[in-house]
Amino acid sequence: MPAVLIFLSSGLFLGWSLGANDAANVWGTAVGTRMVRFRKAALLCSVFVIIGAVFSGSGASTTLSRLGIISEMAGAFTIALAAALSVYVMTKAALPVSTSQSIVGAIIGWSIFAKSAVDYDALFKIFGTWVFSPVLSALVAIMLFFLVSFLLKHVKIHLIRLDSITRTALILAGIFGSYSLGANNIANVMGVFVISAEKVFSPIQLAFIGEFTVVQQLFLLGGLAIAAGVFSYSKRVMMTVGTGIYRLSPITAFIVVLSSAIVLFLFASVGLKQFLEAQNLPSFPLVPVSSSQSIVGAVIGVGIAKGGKNINYRILGRISIGWIATPVIAAGFSYIMLFVVQNVFMQKTF
Amino acid sequence: MLLSKAAKIEHGIDTYLGNVLKASLIFDKGIRSYFEGDYDSFSRRVAEISTLEHESDNLRREIKLTLYKELLIPDSRGDVLGLLENIDNVIDWAKKVLVHISIEKPQVWPELKQDFISLSDVATNCVEELVKASRAFFTNIADVPDALVKVHFLEHEADELEARIMKKAFSGEFITDLCQKTHVRYFAERISRIADEAEAVAERLEIYTIKRGL
Repeated sequence: MPAVLIFLSSGLFLGWSLGANDAANVWGTAVGTRMVRFRKAALLCSVFVIIGAVFSGSGASTTLSRLGIISEMAGAFTIALAAALSVYVMTKAALPVSTSQSIVGAIIGWSIFAKSAVDYDALFKIFGTWVFSPVLSALVAIMLFFLVSFLLKHVKIHLIRLDSITRTALILAGIFGSYSLGANNIANVMGVFVISAEKVFSPIQLAFIGEFTVVQQLFLLGGLAIAAGVFSYSKRVMMTVGTGIYRLSPITAFIVVLSSAIVLFLFASVGLKQFLEAQNLPSFPLVPVSSSQSIVGAVIGVGIAKGGKNINYRILGRISIGWIATPVIAAGFSYIMLFVVQNVFMQKTF
Repeated sequence: MLLSKAAKIEHGIDTYLGNVLKASLIFDKGIRSYFEGDYDSFSRRVAEISTLEHESDNLRREIKLTLYKELLIPDSRGDVLGLLENIDNVIDWAKKVLVHISIEKPQVWPELKQDFISLSDVATNCVEELVKASRAFFTNIADVPDALVKVHFLEHEADELEARIMKKAFSGEFITDLCQKTHVRYFAERISRIADEAEAVAERLEIYTIKRGL
């Protein structure tokens, strides 16, 4: 068991950094503008990230596993570590980085190292979703902006009451955002361990709930790591997001958070996908997307809805560099680290 | 819980703005009573406006403390408090003018009586429009600009009336003593100052309204 925990540590570290950084995308403005207290935000975020991860995290994880059948714990550990290292290096270089993109790059690195065939259909689906998700966020934000503006124009609400309603709306959007973050991004944290963990863990029968599967156990561990990141480190990031980067009013913050949460949910919900397919409607691929880029897309959407002034379009260029640079760097790190683990530490990685 | 606190603050702000309106009406009645020689009524108005000013100060402090204590409207708290504090100057000036009249007892010149009453009416209307604009700021910002246009218009009217009173006092021959001319000018300026204070708040309100947009 201790060996398993050592192997899982890289994934847990990725989870911790996801909690420390990405929770701020969901709760940053609410906490930074002091509309919601940090403790409340951290608690709600942790609880709903875990619920989202355990009960809805399998969809995006399945897509990720199509990129490579990682059946050895040591391989999964190295991939997650390479992804974590890429995130660190990109962050140090002040480049926009996403855990989703680095984990995909690291898996590709593994596929090249293991000479395993890459599922290009899944890969193109994932790349397409990365480009599409900020665009979709912007579109959702534009629609929500006009809807909220219309409501505020026609339903005359006192400023003080509006503040209370906005506060509640921000909490609900934060809960939904946290759930969607857990559901969509747990694949980045624990997705690579799913196959190898089946050899180590066994399903647990729980009273009233029924079977608690191996994947759910794994995602619970990942969710707890995210929660640890939220409680230990996200406050600083939240204050920066809330007061520094995006100068949003509480109402526009609500629009941005809700838009991003909707997009993350669309790319994570198995139930929604099954429902749309049952109605013969086009469904969304279940792919881990970047919550940061989804937020940036929504902020730009709000900017466009407000007349398109003061939008920093250069950020779009930087994001698109990240779509290519992050997976390439992560694949490189992954390849080198797998070589070291396989040949120096004599661990089986595929 | 939060909604009940919000309802309490809403009620407090409504009452406060109502007090500003009431103070301007008491002021107008007070000036009219004084210039028409009804000094009993004038004394009552002085007492009324003093009580109202005191009550409004307490109410404003209560609103301020609750907004900070309950961390309400963090985004526009400064603007709301700025609005309430500056609008308080209007009540203060209205009270100050009536109190000064009650102490200094300026002479009522028949040639200027109607002008002073008109100046007081215009200043009062100016405050009424400011209160309308302030209420709109809280509930329907689309109505703020029209009310602010009226505030600016009435302030300009008050300036013209003030200038007319001063011209009459200094160029007419019915007042010979320079001290009395100066006394007339002093009160014309003071009454007109109420409209000036209303306009100063209106200018702030213009900015707050832009900031309140989505």
